[in-house]
Amino acid sequence: MQDAFVRAAERWPRDGVPDNPGAWIVATARNRAIDRIRRERTLVRKTELLARAAELPEDEEATIPDERLELIFACCHPALAPEAQVALTLSLVGGLTTPEIARAFLVPEPTLAQRLVRAKRKIRDAGIPLRVPAEHLMPDRLRLVLATIYLVFNAGYGPPVRRELCGEAIRLAAVLATLMPDEPEAHGLHALLLLQDARRDARVSPAGELVLLADQDRNLWDASGIEQGRRALERGLALRIPGPYQLQAAIASLHYEEPADWAQIALLYGRLAELTPTPVIELNRAVAVAMADGPEPGLEIVDGLTGLERYHLWHSTRADLLHRLGRDGEAAAAYSRALELAPSETERTFLQSRLSTVGS
Amino acid sequence: MQYMLLIYGSGDSWETLTPEQQQEIGAAYFAFTEELQSAGKMVAGDALQPITTATSIRVRDGETLTTDGPFAETKEVLGGYYLIDVDTIDEALDWAAKIPGAKHGTIEVRPVVTDYETVS
Repeated sequence: MQDAFVRAAERWPRDGVPDNPGAWIVATARNRAIDRIRRERTLVRKTELLARAAELPEDEEATIPDERLELIFACCHPALAPEAQVALTLSLVGGLTTPEIARAFLVPEPTLAQRLVRAKRKIRDAGIPLRVPAEHLMPDRLRLVLATIYLVFNAGYGPPVRRELCGEAIRLAAVLATLMPDEPEAHGLHALLLLQDARRDARVSPAGELVLLADQDRNLWDASGIEQGRRALERGLALRIPGPYQLQAAIASLHYEEPADWAQIALLYGRLAELTPTPVIELNRAVAVAMADGPEPGLEIVDGLTGLERYHLWHSTRADLLHRLGRDGEAAAAYSRALELAPSETERTFLQSRLSTVGS
Repeated sequence: MQYMLLIYGSGDSWETLTPEQQQEIGAAYFAFTEELQSAGKMVAGDALQPITTATSIRVRDGETLTTDGPFAETKEVLGGYYLIDVDTIDEALDWAAKIPGAKHGTIEVRPVVTDYETVS
């Protein structure tokens, strides 16, 4: 409870007093208690890990936030395989149990248990330090940490949606942003996850079908999530070093505006493509350009892309633009191709319904 | 902690190089070794004769089989090693990345067993 008052004292001057301060403090106290229980669960396991690591000094006196940061960097060390990084991060930093992680990634429990044992053994035997990396290593290593957390989020974003993974990723991103307040991309990732998560209830229908952004019920958007995401983004932008996560968060934020500023979104995708030039980002830029300037210039970008021939969204985007240009014959062919390549039943159902609107 | 930095490369490339290129690589290794030594991190290091000089030995059911060449045909062959003493894998990886051979081949970084009680 006292923690909650400290938090209130920290936050209210900035955010204003909430409508119901009493309820807010109770809710905050509860959340923090849950946090503390999880952290203690995590620490028990971490202590086990440390006890096994003869090379690593066990420092009981170090403060918890600092230990967690060191732990995140150890879990996401490039000497560990990517799937081991994700599993270790969820286990040691997130405090998830082995069955929980195995279920989330649809991996048999013994396989995951084995993966964790091997990774912990490598941490011990290969001398992976429980330490924040040296400055010259930081940009690469931070990128790995951010990517791991984003991977956790995407695994939960679905479809099928696995809420607990998204929640865990947001919690990890929040921890990272708190512990590394001077890293703009830590805030950027935190913002991006909050903003994407804010439309979780609107993007899948009760029947489990994907709902396009334009067709989503705005009442199902989580206003407080959007607000939190925008505030996290502002903290990142204030540091004045743009990065891919901040740009994506800014784009996600603009999507919530009514009407959305598509010219601005197209511009941000252009900046993103400069930093991380991939055809998928160009595809997204094409959609924004089509919204801002019409289907023709959008289609021009889409048709100029190579390497996406087996990507269902390239075909469905083309189909959509062709349909808007009245070229329904070509649109139907493109929807059919997208249908063949779509990876999930949810997406096939969606594409089937689009295909029937252009008449096949 | 001690780490073995094993230098793998394509075995036939050395002979295909011009004398100037060979000299350049030799100088790069000399400079690296000197840097490692003056940092006080070097325990040992050597280059190996080419793979054509290798002989393999296997003892099966008390019989010794001696064959010419390496055990298996592999694309990348061991060409040399450094044994270093550093604090963490991060430091070991930093040194490994500076080995001239890392630009063409692969450096395998392996921790050396120091406490035989805890080997699992």
